[in-house]
Amino acid sequence: MYRYDDFDTAFLAERNAQFRAQVERRIAGNLTEDEFKPLRLMNGLYLQLHAYMLRVAIPYGSLDSRKMRKLADLADRWDKGYGHFTTRQNIQYNWPKLKDVPDMLDALAEVGMHAIQTSGNTIRNVTSDHFAGASADEIADPRPYAELIRQWSTDHPEFQFLPRKFKIAITGAPNDRAVVKAHDIGLRMVEKDGKPGFEVIVGGGLGRTPMVGQVIREFVPVTDLLPYLEAIVHVYNRHGRRDNKYKARIKITVHENGLDTIRAEVEEAFLRTRGEFTGVDERVMARIDSQFVTPDFVDGGAEAYDIARADPVFRSWADTNLSEHKHPDYAIVTISLKAHGKTPGDATAEQMRVMADLAETYGHDELRISHQQNVILPHVRKGHLAQVHAELMKAGLGTANIGLASDIIACPGMDYCALATARAIPVAQQIAERVEALRIEHEVGPLQIKISGCINACGHHHVGHIGILGLDRGGVETYQITLGGDATETAEIGQRTGPGFSYEEIVPAIERLMLAYLEHRADENETFLEAYRRLGAAPFKEALYGPEKTRHAA
Amino acid sequence: MPRAFSPKIVTANALLEGDVVYLTEDDRWSRHMGEAEFIEDEAHAAIRLLTAEQQGGTVVGAYLADAKAGPDGPEPVHFRESFRARGPSNYRHGKQADFA
Ligand code: SF4
Repeated sequence: MYRYDDFDTAFLAERNAQFRAQVERRIAGNLTEDEFKPLRLMNGLYLQLHAYMLRVAIPYGSLDSRKMRKLADLADRWDKGYGHFTTRQNIQYNWPKLKDVPDMLDALAEVGMHAIQTSGNTIRNVTSDHFAGASADEIADPRPYAELIRQWSTDHPEFQFLPRKFKIAITGAPNDRAVVKAHDIGLRMVEKDGKPGFEVIVGGGLGRTPMVGQVIREFVPVTDLLPYLEAIVHVYNRHGRRDNKYKARIKITVHENGLDTIRAEVEEAFLRTRGEFTGVDERVMARIDSQFVTPDFVDGGAEAYDIARADPVFRSWADTNLSEHKHPDYAIVTISLKAHGKTPGDATAEQMRVMADLAETYGHDELRISHQQNVILPHVRKGHLAQVHAELMKAGLGTANIGLASDIIACPGMDYCALATARAIPVAQQIAERVEALRIEHEVGPLQIKISGCINACGHHHVGHIGILGLDRGGVETYQITLGGDATETAEIGQRTGPGFSYEEIVPAIERLMLAYLEHRADENETFLEAYRRLGAAPFKEALYGPEKTRHAA
Repeated sequence: MPRAFSPKIVTANALLEGDVVYLTEDDRWSRHMGEAEFIEDEAHAAIRLLTAEQQGGTVVGAYLADAKAGPDGPEPVHFRESFRARGPSNYRHGKQADFA
């Protein structure tokens, strides 16, 4: 894995010392909140509903056992013994005290981690395919490019005060696991004449005005990646609306000016930026590349896996939580942070240490955080899967539900977030408990339920097969349902079904949707999303609101 | 006819811990909503908010929240204030644990 260089280390130390002094001045009364707020946000520190929240970047979701243990230490020492992994592959601590935050940042810096650019109108943590470097379907590991983008965007002088925050996602595989079409810029690795490059997608985003990104350029050679990105952000910086924060994201810039106009301007800017970049990033790239070495995979040992499959509990877990690795004797393990009834994305310090140990012992010391709020061991020998599973079970991490109805994305919602209009976590907990009680999730099969506690859509509800948006309607928590969203390469924004449901009604409503699917699907092979696409919304609306006739009469 | 003024309390977050706090009649910041000053007069509410806003060295983000009178002092009207007064629903953390 990439290790930060001396520049990063020195930069971090300086930033942390600055912030320590700023916190001291704030506490001593020498800085007002108006002065302090932008400074703390630059360092990932928010003030939420009940406490401060520290958001720590996990660049492109990759970490090793040392970093994971450090995250566990922070949880134990300065928080309440747990951390929350987010859809942006970050981790959030919900209970830090202001005076402790500089110590937390220093502790993170010991392992090259930080909270810089996890807030503000900057280029945020670059997100990536959580199977990067491991999956059978990828052209190349996208993480060296993600790292290149991280270095380029960190503290970039021109891009510290963009019209609005800016999110970039990158994938090296044709199957999109990084939701690249819902980002300000999405990068999808493609090949042209045997050479790798990127399809560049621009103007995607969720939130108030959800949009699927559009292709601005079909192929950018890898050597032109940074100058091309620089050209896009430059054009956005010029045109992005600063008068209205709801219209400030690049998706609106593209929408209002038209893709062709933006494309022409980007190409023009690119002529210039390309000249400025020549040579520089090729050297840098070679250095970064040398840090992302493919582990020395060991052949053989897969027979033990076939034998272990005789155990039904192991088999069930293997069927849902394993994915195909590029090496035939290896598997990718997804560790579910979605035990039924628990908070999606939360891990205790103890669980973090177990995962760190497993990565070190069985996983070439690599871990990933997925935007689906789970943890990945990207490289596990098939011969070790039974041991890994046994250890996970002991730690309460063995839930066999990846991709199923209880593998729910939920943002913090009104249990923590100051911007929330309703709660999200308890809705997720109750849906998961309900499907567990009914024992239907394996029958229902692949189903992505995603819940956001406000229009900002951190819970990706627009791209959930079933999306749930929590709103405040006249002082009552109300949940709006969307159907048919898709977070993959065939990205789509879900459609609203109709009137919302109260907090008491929402879980039964979701249950009715699942039962309606089971009733109407063509056969067992037709997934929820496929059935929805074939049948349209009608049978699902009927399940939610009753037969159409009575609805009109009502 | 002008709309009747709905009673208010002044609330904020403590600077050091981030914890939810309420302005009391005797100018303290209490962790308990029940100890908040119950404000029934609009002009007085504005003055109390100003008082709170001048205490930026102690609290952050003071605002007026709707409240109703209860047997043990002011109670929340909106669910957001109920959650702030209690803590999150997924763990017994925050006030519900601190004052259990
Ligand atoms: S979607 Fe809204 S409630 Fe949820 S984390 Fe984002 S801002 Fe907060």
